This record gives sequence, structure tokens and C-alpha cells, in this order.
Amino acid sequence: MSTTTKATPDAVDFYDVRGLLDEEERQIQDATARFVDERVLPIIADAFDEHRFPSELIRELADLGLLGCNLEGYECAGLNNVAYGLVCQELERGDSGLRSFVSVQGSLCMWPIHTYGSEEQKQRWLPGMARGEIIGCFGLTEPDGGSDPGTMRTRAVRDGDDWILNGAKMWITNGTIADLAVVWADSEEGVLGFVVEKGTPGYTARDILKKYSLRASITSELFFDGVRVPEANRLPGAKGLGAPLSCLTQARYGITWGAIGAAIACYTEALDFTAKRRLFGRTLAETQTIQRRLADMARRITTARLLSLQLGRLKDEGTMHHSQVSLAKWNNVRAALDIARDARDILGAGGISIEFVSIRHMLNLESVITYEGTETIHELSVGRELTGHGAF
Amino acid sequence: MKYLVCIKHVPDTETKVAVHADGNRLDPQAVNKWGASPYDEYALEQALRFREAAGEGEVVAVCAGPQACQATLRTMLATGADRAVLIEHEALESAESLTRAKALAAVVAKEQPDMVLLGKYGVGTDEGSTGPMLAELLEWPHVAAISSLELDGPAFTAARAVEGAVEIHEGSLPAVFTCEKGLNEPRLPSLRGIMQSKKKPIETLSPGDLDLDDPSSTDPKLRWDAFALPPARPDGRIIEGDAETAAKQLVRLLHEEAKVL
Repeated sequence: MSTTTKATPDAVDFYDVRGLLDEEERQIQDATARFVDERVLPIIADAFDEHRFPSELIRELADLGLLGCNLEGYECAGLNNVAYGLVCQELERGDSGLRSFVSVQGSLCMWPIHTYGSEEQKQRWLPGMARGEIIGCFGLTEPDGGSDPGTMRTRAVRDGDDWILNGAKMWITNGTIADLAVVWADSEEGVLGFVVEKGTPGYTARDILKKYSLRASITSELFFDGVRVPEANRLPGAKGLGAPLSCLTQARYGITWGAIGAAIACYTEALDFTAKRRLFGRTLAETQTIQRRLADMARRITTARLLSLQLGRLKDEGTMHHSQVSLAKWNNVRAALDIARDARDILGAGGISIEFVSIRHMLNLESVITYEGTETIHELSVGRELTGHGAF
Repeated sequence: MKYLVCIKHVPDTETKVAVHADGNRLDPQAVNKWGASPYDEYALEQALRFREAAGEGEVVAVCAGPQACQATLRTMLATGADRAVLIEHEALESAESLTRAKALAAVVAKEQPDMVLLGKYGVGTDEGSTGPMLAELLEWPHVAAISSLELDGPAFTAARAVEGAVEIHEGSLPAVFTCEKGLNEPRLPSLRGIMQSKKKPIETLSPGDLDLDDPSSTDPKLRWDAFALPPARPDGRIIEGDAETAAKQLVRLLHEEAKVL
């Protein structure tokens, strides 16, 4: 057996996971990374500070083909799911709010139209959504608790050829800028999905202000007061709670990758800082406590990368199970949040400043660990698969 | 109109480089990321804009280098080039400008483009000689480091910034232009472009296919004897004392030691 000496592992990609990607996947990652470096990083800290969604980026996101990029046809890029994951990873290396925008547009709005919509509905909305001309939001969560969507109070009642919607939705990304809302409502036929267009009488949205997380993203409440929606706007393929939950599986899949990007941003910041900051006559990087903390970050980022990559390969094969997404979302977002908090701490007093990225990511990740299924819900989702008992 | 854009495959400007054991070139194994020289992106963008404004035409990206250039050319195709040509040889990776210019000239002879666009230089070596050499070999006019370029049929008007002034060059195609930063704002490759680029051809030619000498055996006109990394930056020095003494001391050091005043 021959042994070859290998170069030192890369600090950010310790197991050379990039080597497991094909050329096209690498190109897509590089193209997105460059967009983030050149267009997002220079403006995102100020946008977060000003509590402003950088809507000027929508056009560029669309021109690059990032909206609905893992969908086929209808002017979508048709990427495989690993490439889509890498897009999420790079976007969230910029900011969780930006990745959230892309997840909502693609996975929560375009995906259900693509999956459950009629051909006419797909033609009507998807190309404009891929071009960023039609912005979507996704209304499932309600004010009385998000983890149990089965008890939703929003109702749809048939009235001739139309449906009348009444209810409210909460914590809705893109709500006030959305041209359409994919809204889930209970009915005599079970949970149904509707596309409610902006301007429909009785449909209003209001921003949730004074957030301390995802400040560079819009979060809203939606109100439906006797909203008349034509049957042509109901997604015909969506019946039952499984439909909106399947959308969440899509978005969570992207989040497993996105969290890696946020973690990398914080970890590299800590790595750079500790290499330069001198205390007690040596750099922080020369101390055991710091090395242990950096090593732990590298371990968790490496694990998360491998988890998401294999998840993506399973998704591309069509065999991915939603509980596998739950495990990765739970693991990767928890890792990212812990890394962000530890990086913030390592940065010392400066770490509380928006001049450093870690505190921004740390605050954002408080949302990411909560939305699209809290950590507990994902533990229980895995637990149900292991034991056969739902214990929610 | 056919536009030929010459692309140099170089280490990414963010990458860490190392000197090869031979001591006279960079170690390509130590470079973890390669790509087109940034100035070449202005050249490609200009060609794409001409093609789009005319509503017709073909943009051909050309690279002289090792097999790894395929990935760089693929990015050019993803950005919008119609097809690509690679003159493939390991020795072309670190070849001197004239060898490189001769290889590119052979492709120009084969392709017969109306214009050739390049970056003003390949980052790393920063010589800026390949473009002018290529023009000389072709006996075509050239304008180096252009800041604007306008076409009117076969006539061109190119501007280039010189010390405190702008030179305007008028001439007619075919011609060679090397491009300066600011000529345009290069676009990024789109995901759709990356997907479509798979279907675009990269023609691979050996130096022999173009009747060129073996680049590893040619007697170079320019030879690098030794490569060395810049010396590590010495630690900063803190000047002690009150403001007046410290300022005097600082001025003296800047004058006598750093010799910048």
C-alpha cells in the first residue's frame, strides 16, 4: 500500500467536501459566492442596522437565476438540489435574511405552484416569479402558535365558484412586498392552498417592526377579512396538511445548507481575529482554549457540510425523507447558532459591534432555529421515526 | 462580426501562492483556486455588449494553457461566450508572452475574427506584452489599456488614459484591444448560463495542431531565473514619548529609514 503526503487540510473545508462536487456545482457555488462578496457584503450590515430589506438586490438575484433555481421549466434554472443547497449556503454566508427571501420565493411559493398548481397557474405566475417581477409570501403560521399548524383557524368556505377566506397569518416573510400569497386554510375538504393576489379586497398585510433578528428581511402579518378568491386561484393538487408541510421540507432543506454559510462567516471571522489579536505576549491563536474552540467550530462545520451534501444526494435520487431533513436542520442550525455565539464571544468587546459579522449572524440564527420547525419539533420528528410514536 | 477574447488562466487574486521547487515559477499545485485574469472580464464583457447591441455575431473565448483551463473557459461560456478554444499544453501555464502570443496568433489565423480583445495584462506577471505582441505578429493595429471603444462599421474609436490626459485612437478593424478597468461593468455568470454552458463546445487543440513548436522545447526570449515570496512584514514599531517628540521622531524615521519623505 502506498501512502502519499497530502497538503494541510483547508481550514474552512477540512474534509475537502468541495472535492465531492462536480464542476457545474462548483461553478454555481463560485458564481453565487462572488455575488455575495461583491454585492451583498458591502451593504448588508447597514441594511440590518437600518432594519431595511435590500430590495435593490431582487433584480440581481433574478438575473443570476437564483429564484426558484431548482425548478424545471418556466424560466427556472433547473439546478440539482446540491447546487441549490450551495446557493443557499453562499447567500446565508451573506445574511440569513437574504437567504430567507430566496427560500420563501423559491421553496415556499414557486415550489407549491410548480408541484400542486395547474398548468395555467404555472404559466401565469412562475416565469414572473423567476424574473423577480412577482414576489411571493407563504401564509401557514398563525398568531396562536406555529408548531401545530393542524389547528389553524383560517377558514375557506365555498361560495359558488369562489372561496371566502377569513383568518390571520403571522411571521410571514416578504408579506408587505408580496404580489401574491400562497395561503393555507382549513375547509370542509381539509386544508387547501390558495394563491391570493395583492389588492384582493379584504386582504391586507402589516409589517412586524422592532425585530432584533432578520432585520434585513421583511416579516409581516396577513389579514383575510371575507376575501373572495376564485376557484382558479386554488392549487388543485394540494389536499390536506401534508401539502404545506411538504413545502416546509423544501425550504428546510435549503436552511440546512444556509446555516453552514452563516457558521463559516462567523468561524472565519474568529479565525482571522485570533490570528492577529495579541494578549499576554502571544496571539490568541497560540492558546489552548482558543484552539479548542476553533477546532470545535471546524468539527461542527465539517459535519454539517457532509450531512447536507448527502441529504442533497438523497434528494436528487428522490429518496430523501422529511425526518432526514429534520435531523440536518436541527444539527446544522444548532451548530451555526453555537458557533455564532462563540465567535461573538471570542471577538471580545468589538464583537458586539455590527462592524463584525458574528453578532448579526447570531441574532439572525435565533430566528432560523425557531422558524421552519423549532429544534424540539425536529427532535420529535426524528424521534417519531425511531420509535413509531408521534409525541408532539 | 466575430469577436475573439483571449483569456489568461491565473491564480485567483485571493489565493495564497507558493514558489515551485524549481525556484523559477509558481507551484500550480499550491494554488487552490484559478480563474480568468480580472482584466479579461472587461474584454469579454465588451465583446458581449457589441454582440448584444448588434443582435448578431459570435464571441469566441480562447485560452493557452494546461487542461485545467477548461474550467476557466467554462465560466466564460457561462458568462455568455458562444464557444471556446483551448490551446492545451502544460508548458503554456508559465510560458513567456511571445510563446503565448504566437499560440493566440495561430488561433486568430484559423478563426479570422474582426477584433481581438484581451485584458491589459494577466494579473500575477503584470507584463502587458502579450496583446501588443499578438498585434505585431498579426500586423494588425492595436490600442492598449482602453477605457472606451466605439464602433462605426469597420471604423473604431478607442480611448486610453495616459498621465493626465486621454488619448483618442481612430482606426479600422481588424484590430487588437487590451482592456483597462472601468471600460465596463462585467456581468457575473448566471445559473442559467452555467447550465447552458454545458452544451457549448470547447475545442481543444494541441500546439502541433496549429503548427506551433512544442512550447516546452522552444528557446524563450524571456526567462525567469528566480521567484521569491515577498519578505514577511516586520513588526510595527511604537514611538514613545509626548506628541511633539514622537512627531519629530516619526518624521525623522520616515525621512531617513523609510525614505518616503
